[in-house]
Amino acid sequence: MSNPIEIAPDEIIVVDELRKFFGAVEAVKGVNLRVKRGEVVVVIGPSGSGKSTVLRCINHLEVPTSGAVYLDGIHLEDRRTNINQVRTEVGMVFQQFNLFQHLTVLDNVIVAQRLVRKRSNEEARRIAMEQLTRVGIPEKANVLPRQLSGGQQQRVAIARALAMTPKVMLFDEPTSALDPEMIKEVLDVMLELAQDGMTMVVVTHEMGFARAAASRLVFMDQGRIVESGDPEEMYHKPQHQRTRDFFNKILTHG
Amino acid sequence: MAVRPEQEQSVMDIWIEGRQWERFPWWFVGILGAILFMIFKIVSDPQYTRAYNAILPGLRLTLYITVVAFLAAVAIGLIAGLGRISQNFVLRNLATLYIEFVRGVPTLVLISTVAFVIVPGVANLLGIQTPRDQTPRAIAALAVIYGAFLAEVFRAGIESIPPGQMEAARSLGMTHFQAMIYIILPQAIRNMLPALGNDLIAMLKDSSLVSVLAVREITQEARLYSGSTFRFSETYLILTLLYLIMTIILSLLLQWYQRRLRNE
Ligand SMILES: Nc1ncnc2c1ncn2[C@@H]1O[C@H](COP(=O)(O)OP(=O)(O)O)[C@@H](O)[C@H]1O
Ligand SMILES: [Mg+2]
Repeated sequence: MSNPIEIAPDEIIVVDELRKFFGAVEAVKGVNLRVKRGEVVVVIGPSGSGKSTVLRCINHLEVPTSGAVYLDGIHLEDRRTNINQVRTEVGMVFQQFNLFQHLTVLDNVIVAQRLVRKRSNEEARRIAMEQLTRVGIPEKANVLPRQLSGGQQQRVAIARALAMTPKVMLFDEPTSALDPEMIKEVLDVMLELAQDGMTMVVVTHEMGFARAAASRLVFMDQGRIVESGDPEEMYHKPQHQRTRDFFNKILTHG
Repeated sequence: MAVRPEQEQSVMDIWIEGRQWERFPWWFVGILGAILFMIFKIVSDPQYTRAYNAILPGLRLTLYITVVAFLAAVAIGLIAGLGRISQNFVLRNLATLYIEFVRGVPTLVLISTVAFVIVPGVANLLGIQTPRDQTPRAIAALAVIYGAFLAEVFRAGIESIPPGQMEAARSLGMTHFQAMIYIILPQAIRNMLPALGNDLIAMLKDSSLVSVLAVREITQEARLYSGSTFRFSETYLILTLLYLIMTIILSLLLQWYQRRLRNE
């Protein structure tokens, strides 16, 4: 591996000078981010600031216009990289859950284990039940996603990602589509995951979660990281006016 | 003039009952009546019996051509539909070329074009002999024509699935192909069932067009019999009702199947 940049052995995600254009719109304007194993990085920022785009570049759902992403030292944009292989190491949880509507909860958690991890049916089933138990809904294994509440669906989505035994978990506003009374059950699962030492990058506006779980808070605006640091410190003493404005906004408007 | 509430109520009742009366599927009674009358004629009138006996041997071929050509059209439609939405511009253009080609030529003409130009051409290319029997050519023709219609059905069906499904599948490490087969298509085909059913019925009806290839399905049998006996009215009445019976049975079966799927 002859990477043009220095990567420490414990840096599992390295985002280097990432830029992304959508047509003429520059969504991400040179982002640098390094995440160590076991770290929980919470990304906040106004809508349209490029948070999702950065996250989606980390598992190559978007291809950067320039710059690079390294996962466990593997350069994603390298043509020789097997992107499907890399993606098995990166779990992703979406705002809209995106459960497979035609499959039962159990099959949602099994299907990729079988197809991608090539696990036996028994093993995949056992791991699926373990993960469904971990997120607290083993009794829903045999129902279809549409029979579940939003909070339950999102927990299944987390179990589905965890069943692949990923090294990193990415969350893109996992509670934004939920009714308020269901937010906590999802955040509790995520908090537990963080305490178990999972490396996580979480885009969320839940400051409670950020202060409880984040090892680092990152504030993005207009395609750039404006500031980042210790969550408590940043929360109480933001360095930039834009960060201050943003905190005021989410505190007054929920 | 004051109207008492009870009276008003009863007027409403009659009105509602009247609407229900109107909602009854009388058209279906009409069709059933026509079919029963036809059966009665076939049993009782020797002219009708003879025409019926002349046409009936073609029924197996009609059904065989319809089923086989439809299955082939589904396969072609799937491939062309995937081509139509492919990222690869060569595949996309090839698929669009095929679809636009079929759309731009009358079905009756295309049947002969496929049977007499394309099938021998492809057979030549593959270095095999063109089948002498016209039936495979007829099947190929219908499959090529309906493959283009079904390509659009597949494209619309796949596009009806939210992009988040593909993204979730890819984020779990599935290849594009795996995601298509295991995640997207099973959901898309569910949405496509009404359109597929309509095209199956249309295929059954359009199988009559392959009589231009002298394939002896029911329409061809009817043409031969009426041409030699001049019993046109008996023959075509029976032919018409045979198609009607088949399409109505098929359409009822499809409705029943869709209702069952929905209740699942
Ligand atoms: N697929 C896309 N096509 C075009 N523009 C996009 C696309 N995805 C994101 N954008 C644009 O990029 C900018 C950043 O979007 P996004 O990363 O989703 O921001 P955030 O997640 O912070 O709300 C926005 O202006 C958005 O409109
Ligand atoms: Mg977003």
